[in-house]
Amino acid sequence: MSEITKLIHKYLRHDKKFPHVWCPGCGIGIMLGALIRAIDYIGYEKDEIVLVSGIGCSGRLPVYVDFNTLHTTHGRALTFATGVKLAKPNLKVIVIMGDGDAVAIGGNHFIHAARRNIDLTAIILNNCVYGMTGGQNSPTTPYGMKSTTTVYSNIEQDFKISELAVTAGAVFVGRGTVYHAKLLDSLIEKALLKKGFSVVEVISHCHTQYGRQNRLGSAVEMMEWQRDHAVPVEKALRMKAEELKDKILIGVFIDKELPVYQDEYDKIRERAKGVGRK
Amino acid sequence: MKKRKLKEVLLQGNEAVVEGALRAGCRFFAGYPITPATEISEILSVSLPQVNGTFIQMEDEIASLGAVIGASLAGVKAMTATSGPGFSLMQENLGFAVIAEVPCVIVNVMRGGPSTGLPTMPSQSDVMQARWGTHGDHPIIVLSASTVRECFDMTVKAFNFSEKFRTPVILLIDEVVGHMREKMVLPDDGDIEIFNRVKPTMPPEWYIPYEDTPSGVPPMANFGEGYRYHVTGLTHDIRGFPTSRPDEIGPFIARLHRKIRQHYSEIQLEEFYQTEDAGITVIAYGCVARSAKRAVREAREKGLKVGLLKLMTVWPFMRSAVEKVLQTSKILIVPEMNMGQISREVKRVNQGVARVVTYNKVDGTIITPEEILHKVMEVS
Repeated sequence: MSEITKLIHKYLRHDKKFPHVWCPGCGIGIMLGALIRAIDYIGYEKDEIVLVSGIGCSGRLPVYVDFNTLHTTHGRALTFATGVKLAKPNLKVIVIMGDGDAVAIGGNHFIHAARRNIDLTAIILNNCVYGMTGGQNSPTTPYGMKSTTTVYSNIEQDFKISELAVTAGAVFVGRGTVYHAKLLDSLIEKALLKKGFSVVEVISHCHTQYGRQNRLGSAVEMMEWQRDHAVPVEKALRMKAEELKDKILIGVFIDKELPVYQDEYDKIRERAKGVGRK
Repeated sequence: MKKRKLKEVLLQGNEAVVEGALRAGCRFFAGYPITPATEISEILSVSLPQVNGTFIQMEDEIASLGAVIGASLAGVKAMTATSGPGFSLMQENLGFAVIAEVPCVIVNVMRGGPSTGLPTMPSQSDVMQARWGTHGDHPIIVLSASTVRECFDMTVKAFNFSEKFRTPVILLIDEVVGHMREKMVLPDDGDIEIFNRVKPTMPPEWYIPYEDTPSGVPPMANFGEGYRYHVTGLTHDIRGFPTSRPDEIGPFIARLHRKIRQHYSEIQLEEFYQTEDAGITVIAYGCVARSAKRAVREAREKGLKVGLLKLMTVWPFMRSAVEKVLQTSKILIVPEMNMGQISREVKRVNQGVARVVTYNKVDGTIITPEEILHKVMEVS
């Protein structure tokens, strides 16, 4: 076993739950690998990590890893995570969501978690489709593409998750792809170390559903598409709009400082103690 | 020895809920503003930070209950408060708390419905929503209160039951009880029984988080205390991992029901008022029980043998208490501020033994003692 594989195995739950539910070639495993490497590199204890997820293919991720794991209701992962973090601020709370989870059914929770700046890290796997239910249109399915609920064509515009997170107030936002694995490792590591609400959007492929319906080829071909269409944000600044038309920007979108909810709430506690009990 | 001075206070029902919650050990509240429950949020936003607790206003009621469940999993007693429309939104995560066995308390200060309905007017129309609002076959504990003191006591009970049986507990009060002010004596801490969840004592590698026990309630590890385990809303095996095996699903769902059913007598809370010889018994809960008590008193003054069974536990339904009054009563009167939700249960238990008379009012006004007395006179 290579060193890197041994490292992954250190964090898996070997006693139960393998083989996993994901299709061969899925990008979720790459995201999980990147997350484990980042956690190991930073040196968190298993006991201090709480991994929270919603529903869908990505929602199944926590069950395989040996942390405190919480598989919540669809779209609500951030709300549960908010409760865990505020109740026990010394825990490192990481939230895994899919695109439908984070910006369709959970869209309201997503923008409010970003606005509040609670110290959470949200990792969003964006594969442009509802995979687990069989390939339906999601809020990140691009215009003109097909799905099992847009068999003629998708006539809606898609959400750009990272741009949405920046606008909603997240203090750290990065986008990577499952092709650019090293970038993904570093983005997740930076997000975990950032105090406040951090977001990593992971562009992945669903060759089983989205790829098949849109004739985009195998998992490998879809990852090659990621390679050919990803442009670092720094480079994009020097490119013309028409050159960027079918490109996806990757890298760090924002890294800023804002008051963190827990720190502010600690101040509220101090102030409150000076007030007579109502 | 110095005589202890009783602490008398004038409180609103909603304020008494807050007092009870803090005394029971609640240190986390997440909620969303809604009439007529808002006072609970407002007061806790002042009180919780004073006791190192946390108050957070969430973006909606779905998020509120999500945060409450998260806080409870991390080991902090947590609650939310809402009214009909918000309670509808909470049904999704209520089911999660049931299946994942997460202690939490939900106070529903009932108002008239359906939909936005009557924000500032009382109602008792969420009795069935509290029982069956979330999908799936599940047990639930629902308590009610008819006085300010009961708001305090039932909130403490709600926390105790939630911790003891690892279940969400719903406290149904109504706009009248929530907003009414009464004098009450605050009990000393020593006079209040507090129950905290049973935690695992075995080493983490031996911990099986959803294993059956004689009480049906497995010990609960809090996140971050060394017992790393999986919590899911999927039907799971004893280790907490999702399962599709019939031999694991069946026993799990059966245990969820059994852990409540086998503690039925402990959960059942009621008050029998003048029922020993009553040929007519009024069965009521919430603010209607107040009117009913006065109606019974007045009927007794007229020489009528009338009693009151006040339900403080609404679910699981008080079969044994109803059976007890059926030993003497030939007529049961069930006044309710809905179209007949508890009366259906009374009829189910009654099985035709006594005559069950319903009295339903859904116009946003309370049922008065006169109306109940009138009903008593009519049937006697």
